[in-house]
Amino acid sequence: MAWLLALLQTLLFIASAPILAGWLKKVKCRLQNRRAPSLFQPYRDLRKLWRKEPVVAHPASWIFKATPYIVLSTTVLTASIIPLIAVNLPTAKVADVVVLIGFFALGRFFLALAGMDIGTAFGGMGSSREMMVSSLAEPAMLMAVFTLAMSASTTNLSEAMKYVLDTGLVLRPSFVFAMLGLMLVAVAETGRIPVDNPTTHLELTMIHEAMILEYSGRHLGLIEWASQIKLMIYGVLIVNIFFPWGIAQDFSLRSLGVGALSLGLKLIGLTVLLGLSEVILAKMRVFRVQEYLSFAYLLTLLGMLSHIILEIQH
Amino acid sequence: MEITQLSHYQQAILLLAALIALTSFLMLGQSRLLRLVFIFAVQGILLSITTALAADVLDSPHLYISALLTLSLKGIFIPIMLQRLVINMGLHRDMETLRNPARVMMAGTGLMVFSYYVCLPIVKLSPLITLNTIAISMAVVLLGMLLMITRRQAVAHVVGFMSIENGLFFAAVVSTYGMPMVVELGIAFDVLVAAVLFGVFFFHIRSSIDSLDVDQLNRLSEVEK
Amino acid sequence: MSLFFAYLSVVAALVSGLAALATDKRSELDRLATSLLRRWPKLHARAQCVFSATHYAEYHRNSLFILLGVSGVSAVLASAMALFSGSVVTDTLPFGLPWLHWHIRFDALSAFFYLIIGLVLVAVSLFGPGYVREFEHGKHSLSVLGFFTGLFVAGMELVLLADDAFFFVIAWELMSVSSYFLVAFQHEQASNRRAAFLYLLMAVIGAISIILAYGVLAGFSGGLTFDQFRSVKLTPVWASVAFVLALIGFGMKAGLVPFHAWLPEAHPAAPSHISALMSGVMLKVAVYGFIRFTFDLLDEVYWQWGLVALLLGTASAVLGILYAMQQQNLKRLLAYSSVENIGIIFIALGLALIFFSSGQARLGTLGIIAALMHCLNHALFKSLLFLGAGAILHNTHEQSLENMGGLIHRMPKLSGIFLIGCLSISALPPFNGFVSEWLIFQTALQTGNLDSGVIRSLIPTASAVLALTSALAAGCFVNVYGVAFLGLPRSKHVASCHEVSHQGMLVGPAFLAVFCVLFGVFPTPLIETLNVVTGQLVGSTLPQVSALGWLWVSPVAKEVASYSPFLVLLGILVTVSACYQVFYLRSGRLESRRADTWDCGFGGLNARMQYTSTGFVMPFRRIFQPVFDIDERIEEQKSGPDGFHTQRLRYHLHVSDISWGYVYQPVARSVLGLSRWVSRIQTGNIRTYLAYSFFTLLILLWGIS
Repeated sequence: MAWLLALLQTLLFIASAPILAGWLKKVKCRLQNRRAPSLFQPYRDLRKLWRKEPVVAHPASWIFKATPYIVLSTTVLTASIIPLIAVNLPTAKVADVVVLIGFFALGRFFLALAGMDIGTAFGGMGSSREMMVSSLAEPAMLMAVFTLAMSASTTNLSEAMKYVLDTGLVLRPSFVFAMLGLMLVAVAETGRIPVDNPTTHLELTMIHEAMILEYSGRHLGLIEWASQIKLMIYGVLIVNIFFPWGIAQDFSLRSLGVGALSLGLKLIGLTVLLGLSEVILAKMRVFRVQEYLSFAYLLTLLGMLSHIILEIQH
Repeated sequence: MEITQLSHYQQAILLLAALIALTSFLMLGQSRLLRLVFIFAVQGILLSITTALAADVLDSPHLYISALLTLSLKGIFIPIMLQRLVINMGLHRDMETLRNPARVMMAGTGLMVFSYYVCLPIVKLSPLITLNTIAISMAVVLLGMLLMITRRQAVAHVVGFMSIENGLFFAAVVSTYGMPMVVELGIAFDVLVAAVLFGVFFFHIRSSIDSLDVDQLNRLSEVEK
Repeated sequence: MSLFFAYLSVVAALVSGLAALATDKRSELDRLATSLLRRWPKLHARAQCVFSATHYAEYHRNSLFILLGVSGVSAVLASAMALFSGSVVTDTLPFGLPWLHWHIRFDALSAFFYLIIGLVLVAVSLFGPGYVREFEHGKHSLSVLGFFTGLFVAGMELVLLADDAFFFVIAWELMSVSSYFLVAFQHEQASNRRAAFLYLLMAVIGAISIILAYGVLAGFSGGLTFDQFRSVKLTPVWASVAFVLALIGFGMKAGLVPFHAWLPEAHPAAPSHISALMSGVMLKVAVYGFIRFTFDLLDEVYWQWGLVALLLGTASAVLGILYAMQQQNLKRLLAYSSVENIGIIFIALGLALIFFSSGQARLGTLGIIAALMHCLNHALFKSLLFLGAGAILHNTHEQSLENMGGLIHRMPKLSGIFLIGCLSISALPPFNGFVSEWLIFQTALQTGNLDSGVIRSLIPTASAVLALTSALAAGCFVNVYGVAFLGLPRSKHVASCHEVSHQGMLVGPAFLAVFCVLFGVFPTPLIETLNVVTGQLVGSTLPQVSALGWLWVSPVAKEVASYSPFLVLLGILVTVSACYQVFYLRSGRLESRRADTWDCGFGGLNARMQYTSTGFVMPFRRIFQPVFDIDERIEEQKSGPDGFHTQRLRYHLHVSDISWGYVYQPVARSVLGLSRWVSRIQTGNIRTYLAYSFFTLLILLWGIS
């Protein structure tokens, strides 16, 4: 029964990821004084892509064709682990936060290989830059996990959220810093401004787009959907770990409804913040990303240090 | 004391202490002078909020006056003076590139761990709730000194000196019930006078050696080379 | 029974070595067989067939590797028996000094490392016959290669069996010297000679350090057997002296920074299957020596030791992978990657030492189990990668990544197996490299149980560096696989090469790949086996590992962290097949169309326009620039009246190891300086020499009176 509920939660997760992308577009367009497309436009885009014939270059191997499926499956698996509207689901035990980072690494490995598969300069450049950004973001992300694990003494996401719920509204400096650091890392990992521009195809400014430049048709549809799910994953991680109030602790219909509603409100707020930052900030030069991620690492490191210095009994 | 057992005001003090430490780190990494002065102003404002909260937690109303003094002097007045000084000297277009930002930041982190280690016996002694922050205040003092060591611009030296004083003030608020009012006022006016004097001094230095780079002060040595 | 198989393994390796001496003795053997078997015509005919000129080489080569394979299989059997029974077997061999015979001890720790040797040996013996064939037509004799291979394997296994210091050092030296000859096998190249010399030099220095470490223990215990060492109690100062000497000695052999300079020189110089043995197994034997010394022979450990091991391990891990990324020679890259993985193992051991010294025995056990597991995993995937590199070298005669490309189309089976190796070494779920790194992270995350706040802030920093290392490793192996196997071929040899023809050269690596997947998806039985090892070694185990069943891993407790790689694999397969069904099969089976690569309308895309390996790692070279010693020059040849036109442009890039400039050259200079100072005694003047004798006589006379 619980497994069925976990499956339904996963399906809800991946089905609502395009709406989040649509809402983000609405926020950005509003701020830029433009008329936004409908909230459901990403669904139409995905359906259009799935119906098109994919075109594959001659030098491509089986890795190129298999990568979209692998990337989507690792992203869906990650989505199934994260408690979306209910904690205590059995899938949260299958993997913890460190394994989650490993899943993203697996998807990214294959995506980088697919970028190099065709033998063009664009793909190699995208793969090289993507591995650079992700390797610099790893220490910050792990330090944020550490800070969380030192307070909650667990890396299981469901248990960590229950710990935060049980201790009530506590203003922890370590959590504030970890949240800020995690937000900066999330922007880098999902390829948003100021690290990468998700709408550009100019060679000097692409990172993620350069790796998937050769994809078309249903392959491109799968990868686009996977990146929308990834954005939602990071959003859900941030709001549910640091502000888990409202999440369902039992499986009654009422608490599930409350959980869904509170999650929706929190995500709406976070997306407005993301949209604001995308509109206000400009994209950084590639070698400035190193300073940006060092700053994220500094924040999470300070979070860990302030946990040790300020938050525990001596 | 576990943080979960503290009241919200006390948790806010801990959070503000951590933010003050963050501003010290940010000052270490800043290459532009106007932003440095701005971060210093933010540090002063955070300090005044902390003092006001400490006044509430520790039940000592004279800390409210201290908070107001800190806000006006360190949060508003001195930063404005420094900003005008920087603009008048035309330094706001200079950028001092740090040679080794990674090493400076690692040294800063090491100083923070060191100050925690050194303050550990003190923290164990006292039942005062907010005493954990004394390690942070010592870290702010040490980071201010590190700022003075690693910078060549004289204005950055002034900011470092002021942030040392910030750290000492923070330590006083947190560990005792604030300093006696007379001492407080005396120190505040001393700092103000020091800031004014620095401004006058800088014009003199600039006119005699034509730059504000403290490494150039070596030229004023009397010894035959 | 397990000891019997252990002995059989050693004997089979020795016999393989001796049999290799018969490489060029075909005619003598033919005559011998004829004279002996005159009376049995059928056997004679058979022998004629074996010793005939056409078939002898192949039979001889196969027999060598069959013997090595027997050695490997019996090693695996020995270890399986010892690990399942959990018994400790001791024995004494009648060799050695008259009052100190060779003591043998085969316990669970030795058995586990025997397992490592056995698995890699089986793979190498499957791979060997096809690979070694090309050496037969060269200038070097296979007899040397086979003989020293046998001695090398026997030496490693004897190290694992040794229970007294004398036997241990003899076996250690046997291992070092025989591998020196293997590294110097292709000695006509000056770089190989230099690499072999450096290797021998550092092996000898390491051995001296190990002897001194055992000497400290022997001095206090009055004997040389390990049982006597176990019973002695040292003061903290002397224990620390012994620990430092052991760390230097075993660390030098294992390739810990800053003692690693021999690794990237020696491993590319040796033949590929020997590199696999050296990198996969010999480094682990050094780790075994360190574990045996620190956790078994010394009675008490201190947190300062753990901190030193943690720092050295962290430095090795991050420096190893950064240097690995900058290499274009595939085998040199893999050698630096071994430095990284040894660093990871020492991080786990350092954490274990810290936890043991503060009384947290269970968490210390977790650290040891993580280290041992990473030993096994690294042996598996590093040997796989080295054998794959050997297969590539065999078919394309290319060692440099800059000349490879598109091999996935020419060698599809090898590329699939190599991909599994790359995925495992990048620590990606659900493969085995990920499980051991996950365990190390779980050990580090328990840092809240320690008292000292300073250590509690250092361990997360070390873990953040470990996370950086594993992300860099993924980047490095994306580079390797992408440049070598994907894209377009960058040279003619590679464009026209064929798939590996000898089946053994595919089956050997595939055997290792199967274990990589198996230990990745079902790690819990392996951890339960490691519980037996740590139970004997330090007396504590992880009781909660199988708390959720044998498909789950929960190292500390199930509320703290749990991971089920089987369910992960199942989830991936289910999702992939569901997507395939929904998007391909049910949507009208829209086939993808092949077309030309998008070239922005310019046309003329060729293999020169794709990313090179140097280009791929340029961002890392730029970001981590203080770590390298970069020599980057652009030489322009100008022409024309005012020198405006550039006729030729030459870009020169060389990335070298800073440890040469900071560690090795100062040490070498100081040694030379010291020896020059001492050599002033030798003045060449006969009166000075007479004076030396005179003063010695005076001192002796005074001393006697």
